[in-house]
Amino acid sequence: MQEAAQAIVPAPVAKEGAEEFWLRLRKDSEFIAIPLIALCGAAFLFSLFLLAIGKNPITFFELVYRGGFGTAFSLQNTLQRSAPLILTALAVAIPARIGMVMIGGEGALVIGGFVSAAVAIPMLERVPPMLALIIMAIMGMLAGAVWVGFAGFLRYSRGVNETISTLLMTYIGIAIMNFFVEGALRDLTNPNKPSTKPIGDAYMVGKIPGTDVHWGLAAGIIIAIALHILMTRTTFGFAARITGGNPRAALAQGLPVGKLILACTAIAGACAGLAGFYEVAAIQGRANASLAAGYGFTGILVAFLARHNPIAVIFVAILFGGLVASGGLIQRRMDLPDATVLVLQGLIFLVLLTSETLYGRFAIFKGKSAGDRT
Amino acid sequence: MSDSLLATVFVAILGGALRVSTPFMFVALGECLTEKSGRVNLGLEGTLVMGAMSAYAVSYHSGSPWLGVLAAGCAGAALGSIHGFVCKLPRVNDIAFGIAMMLLGTGLAFFFGKAYIQPTAPRLDSISLGAWTGNAKLTSALQIHPLLLIGIVVAIIMYWAFANTRWGLLVRMSGDSAASARAMGVSVDLVRFLATAAGGFLAGVGGAFLSLYYPGSWNQGLSSGQGLMAVALVIFARWNPLRCVAAAFLFGATGAIGPALQSVGVTQGYYFFNAAPYILTLLIMVGSAGSKNASRDAPGELSITK
Repeated sequence: MQEAAQAIVPAPVAKEGAEEFWLRLRKDSEFIAIPLIALCGAAFLFSLFLLAIGKNPITFFELVYRGGFGTAFSLQNTLQRSAPLILTALAVAIPARIGMVMIGGEGALVIGGFVSAAVAIPMLERVPPMLALIIMAIMGMLAGAVWVGFAGFLRYSRGVNETISTLLMTYIGIAIMNFFVEGALRDLTNPNKPSTKPIGDAYMVGKIPGTDVHWGLAAGIIIAIALHILMTRTTFGFAARITGGNPRAALAQGLPVGKLILACTAIAGACAGLAGFYEVAAIQGRANASLAAGYGFTGILVAFLARHNPIAVIFVAILFGGLVASGGLIQRRMDLPDATVLVLQGLIFLVLLTSETLYGRFAIFKGKSAGDRT
Repeated sequence: MSDSLLATVFVAILGGALRVSTPFMFVALGECLTEKSGRVNLGLEGTLVMGAMSAYAVSYHSGSPWLGVLAAGCAGAALGSIHGFVCKLPRVNDIAFGIAMMLLGTGLAFFFGKAYIQPTAPRLDSISLGAWTGNAKLTSALQIHPLLLIGIVVAIIMYWAFANTRWGLLVRMSGDSAASARAMGVSVDLVRFLATAAGGFLAGVGGAFLSLYYPGSWNQGLSSGQGLMAVALVIFARWNPLRCVAAAFLFGATGAIGPALQSVGVTQGYYFFNAAPYILTLLIMVGSAGSKNASRDAPGELSITK
């Protein structure tokens, strides 16, 4: 009797599909919930820190909200700053997919920005602005790609640790820029700060219509989406992720591991180089020491918080753009040193990496078939 | 004329090497100890800066620079303990955590150090080794600091202890084969925790040298990657404390080329010589990373050489 009833009603199949969906959602939500827990934990620790030095944490977070997201002006300021953060975070996230901890975004940004400013100088007033900007962007990306790709090459061919080499190259990159900016390419008419010649308003990247935000934000979002598709929907991305998961298995499968590493690191460098291009062509108007403003380092944190997912990078970058943007307001209103944001970032990073240990420990994310979790 | 010029440059490089090498030496020795136990602490750059700040602050308030050195060591040990404690948790990546510690250490140092950029703290005295030469330049170049000698002594003790003591054996065993250490009933986590904390202590002392002796003041640009270079230097020194000392001298000399040339009026390529230590580190890494010697001497459990 019972068997017959089950045979008539086909509902359980559909129900199983729904259950499967909820289970998957439950499992996936772990990757959002744990970073959120980490963020809250870091905020709590930072509040304790502020209380310990006699400041009001509520005022702090209120100011972060007001300075980063509260008004149309501050929101645009935030978006302006999240553009380079998206790109420098991608510069960490893409190599991470292939199993490399590359933190040279700051150096590639500086080199990319410097090269695009340098190639602009001979083109001024000779080449139409649109063409000049395209050449600048391509050269900036190329410079960044070569810069970070070199570290990838060293890793694959010589086994040089990529984390240390990329950070060393950041110092070298800044020194190279300083060498030219204070020497051969210095604009002697500007006595204040050693800089290259300004590229001039006519050659600057414009704003997205109706906003005060430059096109770098749109470029960052488009590139993030494109890279997400590349890493999840193509053979290249699949091969890269296999290499990241198990390099030996990838080699045994005959995957071109060396080429994959080179490609991923070059993409990473191109992203950071493009960030440098936008900093020069949309914000600074020239190359100088302001290029090394720490976007490359904050980008590391953004990438880790986004779990190296290019789409998540966009949202986390906007969050951190707000934090960076509110820095000035916090400094003025609460009489805190500018390193406060650095302390908060360090704490978030610390708590976030510690939270890695929580994965797989909560039954709530597992559902009934917990045993077969990979 | 050119002979005496060359001599001036040489003496300046020698003096520079003796001065500049000390922080490299302490950080490298600290990292050497940590890596011998099988863990990597990339955060020693942050520890160095934090040590420099704490040393300066304590020396300013207490009037005793040696108390500052102790405070720097304790600050470094505290940062090292955080690293040592968290990295024993499963699935925590010690390399990434090192980057986070670098950010946090620098951030905290800049945060609390803001008040100490202006005031002058009592500095450490040096001892003169060059009086016998009768040459003013050589005498000033041979002004060395007791911390340099302490660093060399620490290196010799470490070298001896790794080879001859039970503690040294425990550290090496945790680094080479955690499984066999566990089989012997050794708590690998505890050994690594202590090695990381002690490594942080040494790196902090290196920072104290920066702010209290040479360059001898506290500012935000005090250390630019010295801590990081020292970490790379340990690979070059193949995890041998005595080679760490030699490598630190080499780095000190490279770092001193730029200022030495500047002192005789050669300003061309100043930024190039500024970048020289980084380039040298990179070249050394390229040269030593793939070599058979390096992989033979590397602690087996180390994530940095895999």
